[in-house]
Amino acid sequence: MSLIRTEKLKHDYIRHDENGNVESKTRAVDGVDIEVAEGEFIAILGSNGSGKSTLAAHLNAMLFPTEGCVWVDGKDTLKPENLWDIRATAGMVFQNPDNQIIGQVVEEDVGFGPENIGMPTKEIWERVEESLKAVGMWEYREHSPNKLSGGQKQRVSIAGVIAMHPKCIVMDEPTAMLDPSGRKEVIRAIRALNDVEKITIILITHYMEEVIYANRVFVMDKGKIALSGTPKEIFSQVEKLRELKLDVPQVTALSYELKKRGINVSEGILSVDELTDELGRIR
Amino acid sequence: MKDRMTLGQYYPADSVLHRMDPRVKLTGTIVYIIALFLAKSIWGYLLAAAFLVTVIIISKVPVKFMVKGMRSIVLLIVITVLFNMFMTPGETLVEFGRVHITKEGAALASAMAIRLIFLIMGSNIMTLTTTPNQLTDGLESLMSPLKIIHMPVHEVAMMMSIALRFIPILMEETDKIMKAQMARGASFDEGNLIERAKSLVPLLVPLFVSAFRRAGDLALAMEARCYRGGEHRTKMKPLCYKAGDYIGYVVLAALFAAAIAIRIIL
Repeated sequence: MSLIRTEKLKHDYIRHDENGNVESKTRAVDGVDIEVAEGEFIAILGSNGSGKSTLAAHLNAMLFPTEGCVWVDGKDTLKPENLWDIRATAGMVFQNPDNQIIGQVVEEDVGFGPENIGMPTKEIWERVEESLKAVGMWEYREHSPNKLSGGQKQRVSIAGVIAMHPKCIVMDEPTAMLDPSGRKEVIRAIRALNDVEKITIILITHYMEEVIYANRVFVMDKGKIALSGTPKEIFSQVEKLRELKLDVPQVTALSYELKKRGINVSEGILSVDELTDELGRIR
Repeated sequence: MKDRMTLGQYYPADSVLHRMDPRVKLTGTIVYIIALFLAKSIWGYLLAAAFLVTVIIISKVPVKFMVKGMRSIVLLIVITVLFNMFMTPGETLVEFGRVHITKEGAALASAMAIRLIFLIMGSNIMTLTTTPNQLTDGLESLMSPLKIIHMPVHEVAMMMSIALRFIPILMEETDKIMKAQMARGASFDEGNLIERAKSLVPLLVPLFVSAFRRAGDLALAMEARCYRGGEHRTKMKPLCYKAGDYIGYVVLAALFAAAIAIRIIL
């Protein structure tokens, strides 16, 4: 059974004027059908305003469908009695690390989620320890979040989510505000969670380099799924991606240009190693 | 900007007082203040002084820190003393032309000064030995009976701890905005009072906008982590009394009884 499924999901942002009349309607998500199996690493790409964040917010019942349905672990998000189960099943990590850390000490922040679901004190401590170790922040447990770097803060946020033992973590551009080294740190932590803990990851991003580790990629445009497939399949469609105002990784772009000039490299090359191998082969 | 403000004034040390449950310390401060205001004779003040000195000694906080805390209220003490000294009618002690100091005035003024100094010192000890976190936890727990009359105790405590978490972030932000505005030619330390107040507008508006945005984001993040108010919530660091805390309560009860006894007998 799939962990997350959406069916003809549509979402309108409705603006009301002062009298409560509908002033304008913007369709942010327009008929999206996706299915995510347990343990998958999914990446969702899209330029600004493509509806990717709106879609993400549906996956842990922060927003509700205007039309269509979303099921998380078999539970319909529209039913109010499922709300807290769904939010505990699908955790969410947001863009700005400063605005999602609640505790004044790292360990207290990680304990916030388990406290909310009414877990016994002893178990909270076990979970805090296990999740801080999973993201490699255990040594910082007694620090103030204000003294940490962006990447470290974001890892603490991730620990705060995994402390609730979710089956799935939805990440809404978790690396957008970080420097390159912080970005690497966070991506490494995310991959480890997927590999070791088998947590399903849905990563929303506009950095192409982060997408190559995913099992499957969805590209969104104007509220619809424009492309879907493995990273290789996606990145072999360079022209199409550029049409959607998306960049491709530098290596992929280079091999695409090489191919256009008549050098016989294969399509959808994702890493430098792959390209050197390929070039060595032709030579 | 950041150096000028210290958040809370916790002085880390390993003392009986530091380890004590925040609830005992909060109750203690209240009992101590009541004892101070019950005092009428010299004996009452001596009792309070004895308690204060003992607490300072066992707190292991250097006296230097206490004195530092007093600096900000020197002006308040001076004004109180002067008013009481010159405005109290009674038997004249000294006369300077038209103003004169009365005997009653001098007595009242010194009593007031002692009370104020003792009061501030006593509450300083509490904040010096308790982290802001423990303080909010203690307040939440002590005020929890007020839930019966629908006081949002948990919410207030949560607001306090979030405020404490965000103060440094907003300070940093203020610094950033200030620099950005200065780079565009704004000046914050020129002109008279009104001009200076006006120059704060381009600082405060962006600060407020960003604070509201942060509040929105934080609320969303809290909901995503299943926060739904105080009900069903457990504590990661629950407060629980230890043997020393009960002794603390006994000492406080003794102090309270002694203060009342002195008031009645002496």
